[in-house]
Amino acid sequence: MKVLLSGNEAIARGAYEYGCVFASAYPGTPSTEILENVQHYKEITCQWSPNEKVATEVAIGASFAGARALCAMKHVGVNVAADPLMTLTYIGVKGGFVLVSADDPGMHSSQNEQDNRNYAKFAKIPVLEPSDSQEAKDFVGKAFEISERFDTPVILRMTTRTSHGKGLVEIGDRVEVDVKGFERDFSKYVALPMNARKRRVVVAEREKKLKDFAEETDLNVIEDGKGNVGFITCGISYVHLKEVLPDAPVLKIGMPYPLPIKKIKEFVSRFEKVIVVEELDPFIEEQIKAEGIKVYGKEYFPEIGEFSPEIVRNALVKAGVLKEENKVKAEDKAIPRPPVFCPGCPHLGIFYALKKAKAKIVTGDIGCYTLAAIKPFEMMDTCVCMGASIGNAIGMEKALGSGKGIAAVIGDSTFIHSGLTGLVEAVYNKSTVTIVISDNSITAMTGGQPDARTGWNCEGEPTGKMDFELVARAIGVEHVYVVDPTKMDETYKIVKRELEADHLSLIISQGPCVLYPQKVKREKFYTELENCTACAMCSKIGCQAIYRTMEKTEKGRFKWNIDTTLCTGCGLCIQMCKFDAIRPISRKGE
Amino acid sequence: MESKNILLIGVGGQGIVLASEIMSEFFKRQGYDVKKSEVHGMAQRGGIVSSHVRIGKKVYSPMIEKGKADIMLSFEKMEALRWLYYVKPDGIIVSSNVKMVPPIVSTGAFEYPEDVEDRILKERPDAKILDIVSALKELGNDKVTNVIMIGALSTMFDFEPEKWLEVIKEAVPKKVVDVNIKAFNKGRELMKN
Repeated sequence: MKVLLSGNEAIARGAYEYGCVFASAYPGTPSTEILENVQHYKEITCQWSPNEKVATEVAIGASFAGARALCAMKHVGVNVAADPLMTLTYIGVKGGFVLVSADDPGMHSSQNEQDNRNYAKFAKIPVLEPSDSQEAKDFVGKAFEISERFDTPVILRMTTRTSHGKGLVEIGDRVEVDVKGFERDFSKYVALPMNARKRRVVVAEREKKLKDFAEETDLNVIEDGKGNVGFITCGISYVHLKEVLPDAPVLKIGMPYPLPIKKIKEFVSRFEKVIVVEELDPFIEEQIKAEGIKVYGKEYFPEIGEFSPEIVRNALVKAGVLKEENKVKAEDKAIPRPPVFCPGCPHLGIFYALKKAKAKIVTGDIGCYTLAAIKPFEMMDTCVCMGASIGNAIGMEKALGSGKGIAAVIGDSTFIHSGLTGLVEAVYNKSTVTIVISDNSITAMTGGQPDARTGWNCEGEPTGKMDFELVARAIGVEHVYVVDPTKMDETYKIVKRELEADHLSLIISQGPCVLYPQKVKREKFYTELENCTACAMCSKIGCQAIYRTMEKTEKGRFKWNIDTTLCTGCGLCIQMCKFDAIRPISRKGE
Repeated sequence: MESKNILLIGVGGQGIVLASEIMSEFFKRQGYDVKKSEVHGMAQRGGIVSSHVRIGKKVYSPMIEKGKADIMLSFEKMEALRWLYYVKPDGIIVSSNVKMVPPIVSTGAFEYPEDVEDRILKERPDAKILDIVSALKELGNDKVTNVIMIGALSTMFDFEPEKWLEVIKEAVPKKVVDVNIKAFNKGRELMKN
C-alpha cells in the first residue's frame, strides 16, 4: 500500500518497520516531526530529551544494550551532540545506531546552514542522504544494517525539503529485531586512552571496509541517459536535476561518505564532462577532486542557500547544458508579512517591561521570543545559539565593567537545554546581570512539545515538573522573583529594580503559551471606539490583535481597535488604556 | 495523465496545509504520483504560508519552478499579488477577496494597498477573485476557506464531485462535515459566476 508521507513521517515509519526499539530527540525545525511520529508506534519507546547531547547519549545507551536506536535533531543540534558522537565513532555500536541530522539549507528557521555531511567525514562514519520520502524510509533500514555490519554509528542526513516535502511511500510490516543485551567489553566500551588508541586503528580499518562497501552498495546507482555530459548528485539535488533534465545520465549518490571512487572514475570516463550537483558545500566534489579526477560543480552552482528547480536550471544554462529560457522576474508587489508574536503571548509583557525599564543590553536566545529582536519591540541585541544569552550577558558585564542594565532572556525549554550551566557560571563568577526565564512551560516554537518543565512527557504521561526557583536557589542565586507578565506594573517594577541592582537576579516570568498545549480561553477585550482618544498607548504592547482604524478623532488622529477574533484576553492593553476605551467583552452594550 | 503544478498561498492559520493534504490525497487516489512541500517554521506566528502540490505520471521535485505553476489558489488577496509571477502566462489564478492586514501596518511603516484586486486584474485580466468574504458569512463559519478553494479547484478537473467529497469528509472533524460539504459546493458555484 502507498501512502503520502513527509520525509520525517517516512523516517518514523522506517524506524518502525526496521525494528527500532528506542528513539530520542530534542525538537528543532526541520526535524521535530520525526519523534512526533515515532510516538504513534507503540513498539518504540520514545522520549524528548533536554538537549541533543543527552538524546544522543541515551540512544547510545540503548544501542550498547543491543537495541536498534535512533536519535533525531536539527543540524545545529549535532554540534551539541558532537561530543558523544566523536567518541562513539571509536567505540562502535551493538544495536544499530542512527543519528538523523535535519539540515536547513536556506535557513528557513535556523541561525546557520552548516552542511552536516562534513560531520561524517570528521567522525569517519557513513552518511546516507535520501532524495525523497520513499528513500527516507528505505535508508533507515539500510542505515541500521550498515551500522550493525560495520560496527559504526551512521548519520542519516535530511534537509528541510526532504524532511517536510511529501511523496508516496510503499509501506510494509515491522520486522522485529531482538534486543541483544549488554555484554561487558572493557576494551570497546570504555574509552580510556589505552583503549581509544587501539580503537583508533579499528576506525581506520573500518573506513577501508566502508570504502569497499561504497563501490558495491545499491545506495549509489548509475542511471543511464542521453548526452555527453554526466552528472553526479545526491539528496534533494537529484530530484531537482531530474525535473529539469529528465534524461540526464546520473550517478546518484545515496552515501556521500565514504564515496565509491572506482565507480566515480569509471562513470567520469564515459563522458566529455561531468558536473557535480549538490546543495551547500562542495562535499562530494572536493573528495572527487582530491582523487585527481576532473569534475565541475561549484563553478556553476551556488554554495549558499537552498536549491530549487530554477537554481539548477540557471546553473545548467551557465554550464552550457541548457539554453536560456525567459527568466521570471520575482518583483515583490506586496508589503512584507514578517512573523509576529501571537496575540496575548506571555512574552509580550516581559519585553514591554524590559523596554519600559530601558534595559541597556538584552542578550537573547532561541525561541519564539527571538521575535523581540524585530519590530515593534527591537529589544533583543544578540542571538547566537541555544543557551548563549546567559554567557553572553556575563561576558558583556565583564568587558564593560558593570552588569547594570544588562539582561539575558531565555525560554524554559532553552534554559533546560543549555541555560542551566550558564546560570552556574553567573553565580560562580559573581555576575550581577539580570537573567529572565520567559517560562511558558512548553517548547512552543517547534509546535508545542513537552519539556522537563511541562509536567508530562512525550507519551503524555504525568512526570516531574522542574521548579526553576528551587533550582536557582540550589545553584546559589539569592534574588529570585516569579512574576506574571500580564500584571504590567508589578512586572515592570521588579524588572526595573533588578536591572539597576548590584547583584545577580533571576526573574521567572510565568504565563501560558496561547497555542500549546491547548489554545487559551480567557475573556476577550473590545474597544469602545467613542472613548478612544487615539493616544496609541495600546499599540505599544506589540499585540497583533490591535490595529489602527480609519476612524479619526476630532483632532484628526486615527483611533485604534481590537480584532476580537484574534484577542486571547491577556489584558495587557486594558492596563495601557487610561480612557476606559478598552473593556472586557462582557461589558459590551452597557 | 496530465501534469499539474498547484500553488496554494495564504497566511498562517488559514488552513492551507490541510487543503494541500486533501488535494494530495485526492490525486493519489485517482492514480497520480504526488509530491508536495511547504516550509513549516515561524508561519504559525502570522507569516506567509505557501504550499506546492505537484501531480503527474511521475513527479521528481516537490517544488514548483518559478513561473511554472498551472494553478494558483490564493487564500488572501495581497498574497495573490505577491505570488502572481509564479504562475504560467496561461495559468489559472484564483484568489479570495479576504484581506488580512499584516500587523506590521500598525507600526506605520507600511500601508495595505487599497487597490489590490485592481492590481491583480490589471496584470492578469483572466484572474478570478472569489467573494469568499460573503461566502464565509453565508456559511456561518470563517474556517472553511480551504474547502471552498478545493471546490473551486475541483471545477478544473473532470472528476465526480462525490470523489472529492469522500476525501474531504475523512479529513475534516466530524462535527463540521456538513458545513464543509456546503463550502465545497460554494466553491464550485463561485467558479461558475
